[in-house]
Amino acid sequence: MSGPSDIAERVLAHVDSGAEAEVTITQGHEALTRFANSYIHQNVAEDGALVNLKVVMDGRVASSTTDRMGADSLERLAAQTMEAARLQPVDPDWPGLTPPQEVPSLEHWDQGTAEASPADRARVVKQFVDAGKGLEAAGYCQTTATNVVFANSAGHLTEDRFTNATLDGIHRDGAAAGSGHAASVRLADLDGESVGGLAFRRAKASLGAVDVKAGDYEVVLAQECLATIVMFMAFYGFNAKSHHEGQSFVKLGEEQFDPGFRLIDDATAKQGLHVGFDSEGSRKGPLVLIDGGVSRALAHDRRTARKAGTETSGHALDFFGGYFGPIPTDLVVTPGPLSEDELVSSVDQGLYVSTFNYCRVLDPKTLVVTGLTRNGTFLIENGRIATPVTNLRFTQSFVEALGPGQLKGVGSDERHADSEFGAGFVRCPSLHLGSWHFTGGASG
Amino acid sequence: MFDLAHAAVEGALAAGAAYADARGITSRTQSITVQNAAIESSGLLESCGVGVRALIGSSWGFYAVGEPSAQEARKAGHEAAEIARASAMVAGRAQVLADVPVHQDEYQTPLEEDPFSVSLSEKVDLLVGVTQTMMDTPGVALARGNLQFWDAEKWFVSSQGHRIFQHMVESGGGISAMAVGEAETQIRSYPQSFGHYETGGYEVIRRGDYPGHAGRIAEEAVSLLTADEMEEGETTLILGSDQVALQIHESVGHAVELDRILGWEAAFAGTSHLELANLNQHRYGSALMNITADATLRGALGTFGYDDEGTPAQGVDIVKEGTWVGVLSGRDSASIAGLPPGGMVRGDGYNRLPMVRMTNVGLLPGDSSLEEMIEGTESGYLMETNRSWSIDDRRLNFQFGCEIGWEVKNGRLGKMVKNPTYTGITPQFWGSMDMIGNQSEWVLWGLPNCGKGQPMQVAHTAHPAVPARFREVRVGVRG
Repeated sequence: MSGPSDIAERVLAHVDSGAEAEVTITQGHEALTRFANSYIHQNVAEDGALVNLKVVMDGRVASSTTDRMGADSLERLAAQTMEAARLQPVDPDWPGLTPPQEVPSLEHWDQGTAEASPADRARVVKQFVDAGKGLEAAGYCQTTATNVVFANSAGHLTEDRFTNATLDGIHRDGAAAGSGHAASVRLADLDGESVGGLAFRRAKASLGAVDVKAGDYEVVLAQECLATIVMFMAFYGFNAKSHHEGQSFVKLGEEQFDPGFRLIDDATAKQGLHVGFDSEGSRKGPLVLIDGGVSRALAHDRRTARKAGTETSGHALDFFGGYFGPIPTDLVVTPGPLSEDELVSSVDQGLYVSTFNYCRVLDPKTLVVTGLTRNGTFLIENGRIATPVTNLRFTQSFVEALGPGQLKGVGSDERHADSEFGAGFVRCPSLHLGSWHFTGGASG
Repeated sequence: MFDLAHAAVEGALAAGAAYADARGITSRTQSITVQNAAIESSGLLESCGVGVRALIGSSWGFYAVGEPSAQEARKAGHEAAEIARASAMVAGRAQVLADVPVHQDEYQTPLEEDPFSVSLSEKVDLLVGVTQTMMDTPGVALARGNLQFWDAEKWFVSSQGHRIFQHMVESGGGISAMAVGEAETQIRSYPQSFGHYETGGYEVIRRGDYPGHAGRIAEEAVSLLTADEMEEGETTLILGSDQVALQIHESVGHAVELDRILGWEAAFAGTSHLELANLNQHRYGSALMNITADATLRGALGTFGYDDEGTPAQGVDIVKEGTWVGVLSGRDSASIAGLPPGGMVRGDGYNRLPMVRMTNVGLLPGDSSLEEMIEGTESGYLMETNRSWSIDDRRLNFQFGCEIGWEVKNGRLGKMVKNPTYTGITPQFWGSMDMIGNQSEWVLWGLPNCGKGQPMQVAHTAHPAVPARFREVRVGVRG
């Protein structure tokens, strides 16, 4: 098979010389070993490639995608995309192609992970399962190796590659469950015993959970909770398209958050898991979204940047054809100085939450979200974990929860965390918040 | 493509698989989105490949490859078997498949008008027109419309002799109007919040009559900005059939998936509050509650000829007169549970392992009407069109928000209310259902976005539903 760069060149060669065109080739191998009831039950792998082509003819834009790499298929891809473009009305907001620019290769890549075998993943799974000491284990271990090439008819060409390894799972005993999660560029970094050990401890500690009354509680939120919070903020708020449409809560330059809260997006960080350019081929530099509690910037693609009279931040995302707008996907919450024990010790009466579950937005403008706790929720009394409690439903504005005066402590335990949007998008610590609005218990 | 699927199966068997099957799929997907009378995105996705699954011991091994040669397909089968074999490091009990008759057959979605033969211009013009209509209503900030069409040809082959070709066509879309206030957004959608989809052709779109509803939803979205919030409390709740469809999907459909009941989805999608020991005994709802999973309903989005294990489409009772009597299953899960396989296993494209998915899981109609429900209600609310949905990992504790609500007072519809929400516990909620709509109000609502599995798969399901009334429901929850 031809390399991704060759495919990109061939596709562009099929587009009429008078047209603008950009093409992205994503080629790679993905494998996921899934386990439940403490054994591997679904074990999958895939080799594949995807070609995304956008053609612009006299301001008329159309896109096509194929996973068919044959010469005929690529020629047909170009022909049908041009045909579709001719039938479109002129797009008045077309921002033009990304001009040639230097994009450093981040090379978040590990050859051992790229070549990981089913046996390699099974070894990590076994470590996780064994750490449960007989509790029922469920979860997955995934490795991916991805090459991405972007090229356009303006002469811009950039390419990069990345590997990801993820371990995520629970141990459970009846309704009592605890979770653990780890992600890295390197499979060798995943410590199944450690991740499984955390899940085991949370599950064992959850046995005998009792109901507590709904109401407002101080909370210590573990990393998975905060990852979900900041992904919702990024998707609905720091997204320039949503902001332009009036749906965003973000008020640039205003102190909307606690001064101790800092959120950036940084694909270039050493621990990053993706490439350093977006779906328009624009370089993805670090972007400070919140600093000192002040909303500082929005994530832009070329289209939103043109409307706002600014430069793209390199966050174009070809997800549903860009329908959702530019979204940060390499978020980092700046850690603090406190251990998790220290966070808990500062709470007189509150709740510790391991993960959120099934969060959905009631209104993006206020970012009021409803969801539930899952995989380990505990009552904190007098600075100590006192009692496991059954899962609770909350209905809470994520923006207000992080508002001025609400951040009581930030943990030092920063790591890649799973989120409602999936794994690999957020690195963050635990944190202690002053109030969280729980609207129902396990029984309603 | 049959030859490639055969090659993949042979490769798996040669590498030691006890059973293997393969699906070759070629597909086209067209998506068009228009916002405020301008095209937001317009794209075509083509896909072609073979996915092969091999069973060794307790695990499925699965390998997918795009547009393979015969040699590559055979190698894919070999890889699938090797992956399954590696699972022995963390093994369970050997998996046995429930028996199904071996079929060699063809199936074609009934349709009137091939959606891919309708010009792009006509589709764009439709959406530009309806979004312009919505924008013409003062106060509408965002007017959106989208259309989606799928055309898939599937060749299925198994080591037991299945050889099935299916040609599936699905069509649908929707429109929405959003009004933006100082600290809120209000939205109205048609036909429902995620659009409405069916198996069939462009006739689905023509029948939808988006132009005929654009003005109404635009006006409702703007009116919601100045509407009162609903009051918090316990009251009688009437749900429109579109919200009943979502209620079925979340609190019944997922809960009766046998893979969830068996714990196979415990870490991600979750488990179920149901236990097999209580099948045919557990009280799911009131005596008016009759739920079926029927993959043979003409035009419904979860309709097919055979599932992705070669099991014929069928109708199964799930809840009968309020008692839980059935599950959604496949050959592996049914074998463990000692139940007949339900033919409900499907994969999202050639490159995803088929798994238990909903078909057309719906509420059978009763003998009331929405009008009678309103007339028979002294005090309560009517809610329509889902806006937010959240339920716990055992499918018990839910909270749903709708786009719009109305007070019901003394048997009549009263003022419009905004941000309506309700919350409950699955068996208690369904147990409180005391009126359901009749056959004339039965709609085969189609949902194109049911997520499940790792790697994530998106399934197309349908939920036949009628309006229904529920008693003593907690409403008006907010942050």
